Amino acid sequence: MDVREELLDNGLRVLIQEVHTAPLASVWCWYRVGSKDERPGLSGVSHWVEHMNFKGTTNIPREKVKGIIEQYGGYWNGYTWIDQTTYTETATHDALDHMLFIEAERMANCLYDPSDVESERTVIISELQGGENDPEQLLDQELTAAAFHAHPYRHPTIGWLGDLQTMTRDDLYGYYRQHYVPNNATLVIVGAVDADDAMRSAVKQFGTIPSGALSKSRYTAEPPQLGERRLTIAKEGTTSYLKVAYHAPAATDPDFFALLVLDSVLTGAKGLNLWASFRTPPPQRSARLYQAVVNSGLASAVSGGIVPTQDPFLYTVSLTATAGTALDSLEHRVLQVMDTVRTGGVTPQELAKAKTQLRARLVFEQDSISNIAHQLGFFETIANWRFFSSIPPSIDAVTLEDVARVAAARFTAANRIIGRFEPHAE
Amino acid sequence: MPSDHQPNTRSAIAASPATGRNERGLSPARHVLPNGLTILAKETRTTPAITIHAGFHAGTAYDPQDCAGLAHFVSKTIDRGTESRTADQIAEELDSRGVSLTVAVNRHAMWLVCTCLSEDFERILALVGDIAIRPAFPESEVETRRGEIITLLRQDQDNPATVAMETMMRGLYGNDHAYGRPVRGTLETVERMTAGDLRRFHRARFAPQALSLALVGDVGADRAVAATASVFGEWQADAPAGMNVVHVEPARARRSTVLPMMNKAQADVAYGFVAIRRGDPRYYAYWVMNNILGQYALGGRLGDSIRERQGMAYYTFSSLDASVAPGPLVVRAGVGPANVERAVSSIDVELSRFAADGPTDRELAESKQYLIGSMPRTLETNAGIATFLQTAELFGLGLDYDLRLPALLGDVSRDQVHEAARATLDPSRATVVVAGPYSGSLQ
Repeated sequence: MDVREELLDNGLRVLIQEVHTAPLASVWCWYRVGSKDERPGLSGVSHWVEHMNFKGTTNIPREKVKGIIEQYGGYWNGYTWIDQTTYTETATHDALDHMLFIEAERMANCLYDPSDVESERTVIISELQGGENDPEQLLDQELTAAAFHAHPYRHPTIGWLGDLQTMTRDDLYGYYRQHYVPNNATLVIVGAVDADDAMRSAVKQFGTIPSGALSKSRYTAEPPQLGERRLTIAKEGTTSYLKVAYHAPAATDPDFFALLVLDSVLTGAKGLNLWASFRTPPPQRSARLYQAVVNSGLASAVSGGIVPTQDPFLYTVSLTATAGTALDSLEHRVLQVMDTVRTGGVTPQELAKAKTQLRARLVFEQDSISNIAHQLGFFETIANWRFFSSIPPSIDAVTLEDVARVAAARFTAANRIIGRFEPHAE
Repeated sequence: MPSDHQPNTRSAIAASPATGRNERGLSPARHVLPNGLTILAKETRTTPAITIHAGFHAGTAYDPQDCAGLAHFVSKTIDRGTESRTADQIAEELDSRGVSLTVAVNRHAMWLVCTCLSEDFERILALVGDIAIRPAFPESEVETRRGEIITLLRQDQDNPATVAMETMMRGLYGNDHAYGRPVRGTLETVERMTAGDLRRFHRARFAPQALSLALVGDVGADRAVAATASVFGEWQADAPAGMNVVHVEPARARRSTVLPMMNKAQADVAYGFVAIRRGDPRYYAYWVMNNILGQYALGGRLGDSIRERQGMAYYTFSSLDASVAPGPLVVRAGVGPANVERAVSSIDVELSRFAADGPTDRELAESKQYLIGSMPRTLETNAGIATFLQTAELFGLGLDYDLRLPALLGDVSRDQVHEAARATLDPSRATVVVAGPYSGSLQ
């Protein structure tokens, strides 16, 4: 991986990788700010700020925002999650200066027109309500809130409705000014570019943006859970859902990779790209939980979720009960499987298969410049970008003993949270 | 999971080529085996991986009239055992190489798709061939997957977006037309399908003449053809029958349906018309029209009005699904219950305005520029190239389609787009369905 790195005087980190497989360039601008940085009363502010940052700047009037990237056949988007916020454009490589201009403007000169704040309030509430239409998403939100009493990972990225109804323009603008500074950001450029030219362009566009006073956020460490936690959503619906979650290690904890292997054994390897992994189903038909609950007819679907985070988050197994299956019997079977792994670890064959799957997924995930660029920036927001290239050797180094130790430590009753969606008819 | 700024608004038919790659464009190799199987091969060197994309003319349009959901049931069971491999053996062969096989079905085609490492190509292709040629549909697997499909149907019943779309498609096309029937069938049809039904469908629809196999990635054409000939070369079967397309009369009046789902937080609107066939010469004008109406940037004119100016919805867009038969043009939106009527009125207004005035010169130029310019991006990945090649093959667009497409789009005139809008976007003939926490009556 040939990455050109520079830290500008104002604190902006710039990462550039030349990839000449298509006449395209992908730009990602990352900020180390996510929903864990929100104080009570302002839940959802990171995500709302992301929305506001598409609405015009001092030098890009609102009505001109649309069309700049499109005229180069380009695509743009952004996302906000618990640890990070990011913005991206991918277009033909001759659009590079335009992409950098947009990102520099977004960092320094967004307007936050009060009428735009109001119209976006209802858009975001609509986004929240759309999510609530999905019982699984609702269950995930409740489960996460139950898992964390102290750490700010507890509240959803979209925010709580009450906060979305009362947040003001000044709340949003203040948060923007506090976090959108070059010394809190990483700019990534990947594609058919000349690294020297691209670096000069980045310096030209961003070099004059002043750095800001950035007080290092402190996050309350989640105290150890003292016993199993349970929650139930009783709501009208047609289908029962079950989630079994365990407190999991942060990405930089060596145990993270053993858990990644465990997830592959239990539900099939997903890879590690938040932007791409979930778009392709995992190879899971021989996985332990799939065999135990899907092939036995108890569940119609099972998936495992372990994602790289800055602080310890969750490993979550999500299941859809087949019509007619009682949640109790599904839960009983899932816990049996988890207990077997907790007490007996995995077999050498399973470990080898998990490593092969993870290796293949890491190759498949590098199939586009957008995905390559995503990984560079993403890991810079939770650790540092070099961490990404350490992943394959870290996976290779996982031993049977590591897996057994982590399973024994993590898959205990005291460390788990069980969430159930129990539908009732109208 | 993260919260995207943009919902997924890409049109299912948006497929486009690389102009900047080189002057020869994609230049895929096309080779037909003596038994009629078509191979489309394209070598790329981005990653040491290969995408296998096998498309059969075996979509839900071939479901028997009284057996909606049969093709979908086949797609859920075809890879669960062959004459010589059990489901577990197939699972082990795939999983041990990190490969996930997806079997997808739409109205006209069934796709077996996977990506493998280059070193595993011959083995995985042999497995895909075994699944396609000699599936066994074991009784126990059929029963297990039946339970999964019934669960999917129950989930669909609780999903306002699915309820709205299925009801709208039935309204547009009726139960006699393949497009009007639900893709996954109904609880009643799924309950009574047997392994024998699945085998009969496979015998009738799966044949080398009905298979187009795209192989894209770290594989040269010679290796691709040799591997295919070794797996599929001996396969002989009768050519499947063509589809009888039922003619559909466009709606003469507006039809509105409200399906209250009071346990939900947001209502989904599906608002549609019967549009055109993919082979219709007006297709490119419709493509541009749809882009202006509900795609460009954040949802085109609809996004400007409903999301940006009025702040009513997180998502709104339009899509055009021109296919073998005249497909639908559909406007979609997700809105709070208090905004349902205002959203539907806004859609009426935007459509009427477009039909009356056509596009502006600027809109026309911008959308054309965007669609042409997006070709290298759409064709960046192996999966993107495979999908493009299959679309070109299915509709007979030629191996140089990627080179011709810019001109086909570039030549679309303002009058043609205006005519497409006038012919289609008539609110007084729209089929409108709202599903969600709303119990009012639409006009």
